[in-house]
Amino acid sequence: MTSDELLDRFFNGDMVALAKVISLVENRSPDHERVLARLFRECRNAYRVGITGPPGAGKSTVVDKIAMHLAEDGTEMGIVAVDPTSPFTGGAVLGDRIRMKDLYKYDNIFIRSMATRGSLGGLASATKDVLVALDAYGKELILVETVGVGQVELDVVDACDTVVVMLTPEAGDSVQAMKAGLLEIADVFVVNKADRDGAEIFAIELQSILEIKENNMPKSSKPHWKTPIVLTVAPEDRGISDLWNTIEKHRDFIIREGIFETHRKLQIKHKIEQIIENKIRLLAQRKFLTGIDIDHIASGVYEGQIDPYSAVNKYCRLKEFENIFEGDQL
Amino acid sequence: MKRIRILMAKGGLDGHSRGIKVVARALRDAGFEVIYTGLHQSPGMIVKAAIQEDVDLIGISILSGAHMAIFPKVLELLQLEGGGHIPVFGGGIIPSADQKRLEKMGVKRIFGPGTRTTEIVDWVKKNLGDV
Repeated sequence: MTSDELLDRFFNGDMVALAKVISLVENRSPDHERVLARLFRECRNAYRVGITGPPGAGKSTVVDKIAMHLAEDGTEMGIVAVDPTSPFTGGAVLGDRIRMKDLYKYDNIFIRSMATRGSLGGLASATKDVLVALDAYGKELILVETVGVGQVELDVVDACDTVVVMLTPEAGDSVQAMKAGLLEIADVFVVNKADRDGAEIFAIELQSILEIKENNMPKSSKPHWKTPIVLTVAPEDRGISDLWNTIEKHRDFIIREGIFETHRKLQIKHKIEQIIENKIRLLAQRKFLTGIDIDHIASGVYEGQIDPYSAVNKYCRLKEFENIFEGDQL
Repeated sequence: MKRIRILMAKGGLDGHSRGIKVVARALRDAGFEVIYTGLHQSPGMIVKAAIQEDVDLIGISILSGAHMAIFPKVLELLQLEGGGHIPVFGGGIIPSADQKRLEKMGVKRIFGPGTRTTEIVDWVKKNLGDV
């Protein structure tokens, strides 16, 4: 099947074609740029909610429960769940569907698991493009579940409109350490497993840290979003409708205040920069590295015959490139 | 770059997941992307997951005796739902007479108890290509 035939089926609402288009995008198949160009033009700004947090916080279960909560209304939903690729073998076990068993009966829900394939920011490098595919297919709401994260895997901010950070009461003291990173990206906090000891105290501690942040913010007349904390016991469905209402409130807020638009434009800018970077890197690799034995040069550096900077100047013909930029030094 | 994706599912109502987890792990260590959907999967769930995940292979483990019900239904639904191109293999406690019947119906291969994981990995590589 050609990619045009595939896209025809895709735009006719064929689920098999959606799955194949996602693979094509994920695998960076030769045709992927042309396909993505078409998909981008068909996007209708589906709302994107990112769910992130440490491993075992209950992300998959909460995604399952939110989807269940909305499934009966007929909301067209996509779920993208990311799990890590082994850096040693390139293999992966993707297990997020285990928690989403009951969703299979809804034809308005499409679930896709993705492996990180070497990306370190909590999502796969193709995840954002997969969101574009789901949007172009007609999904109105997309839930994005990151890999279990620590403090610095923040790709989700650049892929989603509302970011939900999930914690458990056991996160306790580590909240102090999270002041930078995860804590800053949350639009909504969830304290899951709230039936466990210490949940209330943990939520109060979290609240106090958020208030410090609040006090440190510059005074301005513009309304700003105060990050709420929602307590949930996901397997029992407790707190889920509260969580969804909170997400909706955030969505309404950012749309009303123009933040949605600004944020989306920033994401698009990053996408454009990334396309340029990738193209320049590929061109440069082709131009400067073809026919050069880097392993040999690395051995030379290891043995002390040359340093890496001089080696690059000596072997990689960078002078030719500098001429293109009228003598700017690289 | 294309990665080979394999759906691994426990069909039916038994809860014996040790075997399938060992195989899933072995396939992961061989460089495949394994989507593990867990226990108590109906044929409808298996087929829907396989199509949404665009997998290259489906592995089903059954130790409850329900194999003659589940495998044929999976094959039938795959045809109906547009996944007829996806090969299916299996494992578990399956009598040899049934193994032959299932393979005749279109299940590519059944691996019984005591199979070495390397044998399964080699079979997958031989049939789908190396990673």
